[in-house]
Parts: sequence; structure tokens; C-alpha cells
Amino acid sequence: MKVVNRLRLFIPLIIFIGIVIFLVVALDRDPNFMPSALLDRPVPEFSLRILSDEKKYVDKNIFIGEPSLLNVWATWCFPCRLEHPYLYELSSQGVRIIGLNYKDNIVKARNWLFEMKDPYALSVIDNKGKFSMDLGVFGAPETYLIDSKGIIRYKHVGIIDDRIWHDRLLPIWKNLK
Amino acid sequence: MVAEYGHFALIIAFFLSLMQTVIPQVGAYTENQLWMSTARPLVLAQSLFISFSFLCLVILFLNDDFSVRYVAENSNTLLPDRYKISAVWGAHEGSLLLWVLILALWSLAVSVFSARLPIGLVSRVLAVMGFISVGFYLFVLLTSNPFDRSLPFFPLEGSDLNPLLQDIGLILHPPMLYMGYVGLSVAFSFSIAALLAGNIDSAWAKWVKPWTLVAWMFLTLGISLGSWWAYYELGWGGWWFWDPVENASFMPWLVCTALIHSLSVTEKRGAFSSWTLLLAIIAFSLSLLGTFLVRSGVLTSVHAFASDPTRGVFILTFLIIIIGGSLLLFAVRGPTKKTTSGFFKLSKEMFILTNNLILIIITAVILLGTLYPLFADVLGWGKISVGPPYFNLFFVPLTLLLGFLMPVGSVLRWKKTGSINLRRYFNVPLVLSVVLGGSLPLYYGSYEPVSMVTVMIATWIISITLRDMWQKSICPGSILNGLVRLNASYWGMVFAHIGVAICIIGVGFTSTYSVQKDVRMEPGDSVEVAGYQFKFISVSPYEGPNYIADQATIVITKNKSVVTTLYPQKRSYLASGQTMTEASISSSIFRDLYVALGEPLKGNAWGIRVYVKPFVSWIWLGGLFIAIGALMASLDKRFRRHAS
Repeated sequence: MKVVNRLRLFIPLIIFIGIVIFLVVALDRDPNFMPSALLDRPVPEFSLRILSDEKKYVDKNIFIGEPSLLNVWATWCFPCRLEHPYLYELSSQGVRIIGLNYKDNIVKARNWLFEMKDPYALSVIDNKGKFSMDLGVFGAPETYLIDSKGIIRYKHVGIIDDRIWHDRLLPIWKNLK
Repeated sequence: MVAEYGHFALIIAFFLSLMQTVIPQVGAYTENQLWMSTARPLVLAQSLFISFSFLCLVILFLNDDFSVRYVAENSNTLLPDRYKISAVWGAHEGSLLLWVLILALWSLAVSVFSARLPIGLVSRVLAVMGFISVGFYLFVLLTSNPFDRSLPFFPLEGSDLNPLLQDIGLILHPPMLYMGYVGLSVAFSFSIAALLAGNIDSAWAKWVKPWTLVAWMFLTLGISLGSWWAYYELGWGGWWFWDPVENASFMPWLVCTALIHSLSVTEKRGAFSSWTLLLAIIAFSLSLLGTFLVRSGVLTSVHAFASDPTRGVFILTFLIIIIGGSLLLFAVRGPTKKTTSGFFKLSKEMFILTNNLILIIITAVILLGTLYPLFADVLGWGKISVGPPYFNLFFVPLTLLLGFLMPVGSVLRWKKTGSINLRRYFNVPLVLSVVLGGSLPLYYGSYEPVSMVTVMIATWIISITLRDMWQKSICPGSILNGLVRLNASYWGMVFAHIGVAICIIGVGFTSTYSVQKDVRMEPGDSVEVAGYQFKFISVSPYEGPNYIADQATIVITKNKSVVTTLYPQKRSYLASGQTMTEASISSSIFRDLYVALGEPLKGNAWGIRVYVKPFVSWIWLGGLFIAIGALMASLDKRFRRHAS
């Protein structure tokens, strides 16, 4: 009985070791690792409403013709707020940004853009998260680089700031056609 | 030279903490009085040097010494002095310096207020705290030195503190939170000392409890301040976002809450001792995790702070040594005595156990949600998302269940309570909760299930708590006499539990009855929201110390009498060019009126957002009650009475 009680005290240690193994593996990975299934593949099919006009549906053709950033955002996402001014700066430099409003409240989302300026050419509404799931989104913010044929060329997880834009995204963006 | 002095003092403090770790610990093992007695002077010396070092950094900020990289990155000549001081802990390096400073001050407090404790225990506790300091000093010196110069080419002007952080809430929030985080190191060190020495008893619990209560008070205040800051500074009326940073502070709070209750059982009944030790270890581990989580880069995928692999590796190693080491010690040396007698009867112990389990489940759910993106990445799931819906799904029902059980547990006796007198206890509160829960929301407006449950649970908590208090204060003489005779711990519990009820009401009503309108207004226009007339008078330019702004004047009337005038601003910071919405809020006990200025539209018009948020201030009022309760309980006479 004594031994069993002692062994029980080892449970927290074992759980902790498990967590550590996960963390070590996670640190080893590139946080911007992209599931290969979607890299260099076309954007999945979708038909979603847009934020500025709830009656209007768009599909993947919005990506055809010129390269775009697809930015996943939501009003409940604090980092999105930090990223927002920089996106606006990019859009005023002529970068075409499509918003993907992710699992959000439409009214809140509209207010957010109203209050903080709108960097998006348009924002599609994915309040159920279905399209995002096909896309492999696991949180906000995330940004996809999509070329003019609608092919996903890069995925960035986390916010975009000046450094990340210049170091990681811009080199790929410049070569997009 | 100031930077070099600061850096040098930091190095000396590091060596002192190294001595503080080794000498008293060895002394305690060999029972060498002289070696043990070095603990207190070493702590004092370490505190002096780290305080001096911190002061140097403050001076560098006040003098705008932009040759120091950290100052250049986080300050600006235009920045008002009070923000220059708060900028000291506005980013990674400085906030770690604040962390070690606070740890030194807590160690100093322990060494001063432990005169009656056995010297062996005190030296072990201070040695463990010294060990934690060593880790932090190394981290600061090796990876995040705030005194680094960028010579010979340094900027003539700093790049400014993030405007979001230029605010009174952010001057106070981090020190409060750190006081709480670091305060948990005391309970942790006491636990490690007890494990090393091999005895834990009721007296030990009595020594640990006041420290834990004070740490808990600071955590409560820190979290409340953070939430309040988010509410008025982010400009969209939200007050909790389930952001990793918030979760990181909330998890230690939850475990600390469990710890305080479990300590009671250890103190009064001599039971739960291994559980109590484990909670103390987990609580501090989570606060270490909280300190580092946002800094390490592990979570860059969801949050936006410094990311640097060398820091990440250091942090991970440090966490593994501290947490893994203490859990290993716990596994090898933890007490195995079983104390099951009477747990499954209707007793206080059983309710405290249930309370602990619920709190731990909530913590686990939050931890899982916070680390989820990591797990998903490692396991290659990657297709489920977390956000407020996930957290609320678990948190709301579990909290309501906790709220329902809380007052019941608080009135039960230790060991066993008969079921006969229980009915007498709960009859009136039950009727009261159902009646108020059914009627108050109706009186307030529309009938919502959320507000009904909220009122019911809150009434249930408050009425049982007050009834019990009344019962306990019946004594010869007057009730007042009886109330005075109740001990400080009891008063503390009453305050904290009622604080929880107040919080619940605040959250429930704000979520249900807040009204919001976004309107386009020209000067002279009016809009009515929830019975209030908001009249837009004008917009005029306004000049702040380091920003320029458009400031609107909005007069609010109700039934033709003026309630207040609000001045929301749209600021543009000169150094960084960032724009910020500065909401203007009129708070009162039953409602907040909240106005934020949006974008200028065509002509003279502006986009304006108006909120009427009932009971929102109750959320922070509840936090304040809990903190007051913690303070009262920590001052209980019995914690000071015993001799060693």
C-alpha cells in the first residue's frame, strides 16, 4: 500500500515530463511550418458572404487576376489589433489584402473596421469556421500569400510587423505573379 | 556611467544570491548556526544592490540616455516623466529586472517577519528563494541585459513607448501582477523547505498561509487592473479576451485560490498535506510559466512579443530545473500518510476538496486552450481552433457550479454536519434566490436566462454568507458585539465570497444588457441609447505632451437634465505616428456611459460609438472585495500568536 501511495506522488512529475517533451518538439519546429498538403495548392473551394454587404456571396475567383494576402482576423483576437495598423500601411502601399473574418460576430467585426480604418479590399465572413478549417487555420492572426492564379505560396502564423514583412514575406511577395 | 554602475550592481547582486543559495542551505544540513545565520544579511545585501541597479535604470530613462539600447527602444524625450518611469518595465528586459527586484523584496520581507520561526526552516526558505533569483539574474545578465549600450552610433531620439502602454493602468498593472507572481515563490519555497526537512504540519500551514493570502491579494488586484485597462484603453468595451497573456495570470490565481482553501484543511485538520504541497508547487510553476510564456517565442504564433531562440532555450532549461526538480522532490519526499477518514460525509473537507477539483479542472482547461496551438502543431492536428467560445463553454458552467457550492461549503462544519440543521440554513436563501432570480431581470428589462441564473447564484452566495454571519454573531450583548468578535479570517472569507458574487452579477448583467450604437453624427446631432440622449456638440483640436488629438465634446442628458459631458479623443502620437482611440467613460455604480470617437467622415461628420453598459464596474468592484478579503484574512491574529 505504501508503495502505491508513493507511486501516486510521481503522477505530477510524469505529466510535467510529457508537457516538456511537447514543448521541446515545438521549439524545434519552425512556427511558420506549413502543412505541405496546402502549400503550392489552390485555395479550397468556398462560397461566403462579404462583410460590407451581407447579401453578396463571393468564391475563390476573387483571388484570380492579381496576387493577394489573405489575412485571418477576428475582433476577439488581441494580436489582430496590434497587427491592424501595419496592415493598413501595407494596403495604402498598394498591397491587396483580403480579410477572412474568422468565427466572429458580424456586427462587432463591422464596428472594428469602422473604428480602425479598413485595410481590406474585402472581408469574407466565415463565422462557422468551415472554410478556415479547409484552409488549415489554427488561430488568428494568420496570413497567406496567394498568387494571381489563386495558388497558396506561403503561410505566416502570428502577426505581421515591419520586420516580419521585410524578412519573410516581402521576398516571396515580390516574386508572386 | 550610470548604466555601468547599474550593470555592476546587478552582477554583485547575482553573486550575493549565489551565496544566499549555498551557504544557508549547507548550514541547515550540517546544523551549523553560523552558516545558517548568514541568510538574513545576504538577503539584505542582495536587496540593496538590486534596488540600486533598478534605480540606475530609472535614472537612465529620466535622463533620456539613448546610448542605452533598451532606453532608446522604449522611451522618447517627449514622453511625460511618469511614463518614462513606467517604461522601465514596459518591455522584456526591464520587466525581468522588476521581477528580480520584487523577488528580493519578498525575500527581505520573509527574513524580517520570520523572527519566531525555526532558523533551520528560515535558512532553507531563503536559500530556495536565492536559487530562483540566481536563475533570473543569469537570464537577465546573459540574454536580456537592459544596460547594454549601442555605442558608438546611438540614436539621438528614442522610438517611444507603445501608446497602448502610456496609461495609468499600465503603470500599476505589471508591478501588482509581479507582486502576486513572485509572492507565490514564498509558499513554493516553504514547500520545498518542508520537503527537504521532511515535516509538514499544522504549524507549517499557519506560517505559509498569510504569505499566500498576500500574494493572492496582489494577483487579484493585478488581474483586475489589467482587465480594467483593457476595458477603457482598447476602446471597444471588452474587458476579458482569453488572450494567452491574460490566461497566464489567471491560471496561477485559480491554483492559488485552491491552495488557500487546501491550506485551511492542512491547518485545521492536519489533512491534505501532500495536496497542499503540490498546489504550492503548481501555483508558482504557473506563475513562472506566465512570466515566460509570452517572452519565449513559444507562443509567437498567437501572440506578439519578443521572440529569440536563445532565450527560449534558457527559459525552458530553467523551468525544467525548477519545476521538474521540485516535482521530483515531491515524488520522492512527499508525505504518503492517508487521511481519508470522514471525507465522504457532508463536511467542510469534502466541499473544499470539490472546490479544489473544480478549480484545477478550470485551470487545466485554460492551460490546454492556451497551449493548444503548440499541441496542435506538434501532433499535426492543426484543424481545430480555440477562442472565447471554447473557454466560455467550460468556464461559465464550472464557475456557476463553484458559485453554487461555495457558500454551502463555507457554512458546513469540519468532520461532519448533520443534515437536519442544514435545511434550516438553506430554506430562506433558496426561496430568496428563486424569487430574486425570477423578478430582478424582469424589473431590469428583457427576461434572459443568463441574467436569471446570475442573480440566483449571486443571491444564493450573499444570502447564505450573511445569514451564517448573523448566526455566528448571536451572543450576549448586541449583534454588533458579536460581529466584532468574529475573527479576521472569517471576515476575510465573507468579503472574498461576496466579492465573487458581485463579480458574477457584473459579468452576467454586462453581457446581457449592454447596449451599443455606432452612429454617424454631425455637430448638433443627438442619438438616444437606453434612455440617455447623447448630443454631439463639437470636435476641436487638442494638444497633449507627446500627441495631438481631435477631441469631441458630447453632452449626455437623461429626462432633460444633464448627466455628464464626455471628451473622447482620437490621438496621433508624434514620435511613432500611431493613432489611438481614447474612449471617454462616465462610471457609476449601476451603469457606465462609454463614448469612443471613430473616423472622420464626409463633411463635418464623425463616426461615433456609444455604449451603455450596466453593472460593468461590479466586475472590478468584486475584484476589490476579494483583495480586501485576502488582506483581512492575512492579518488574522492566529498567524502571529504561535511561538516556534
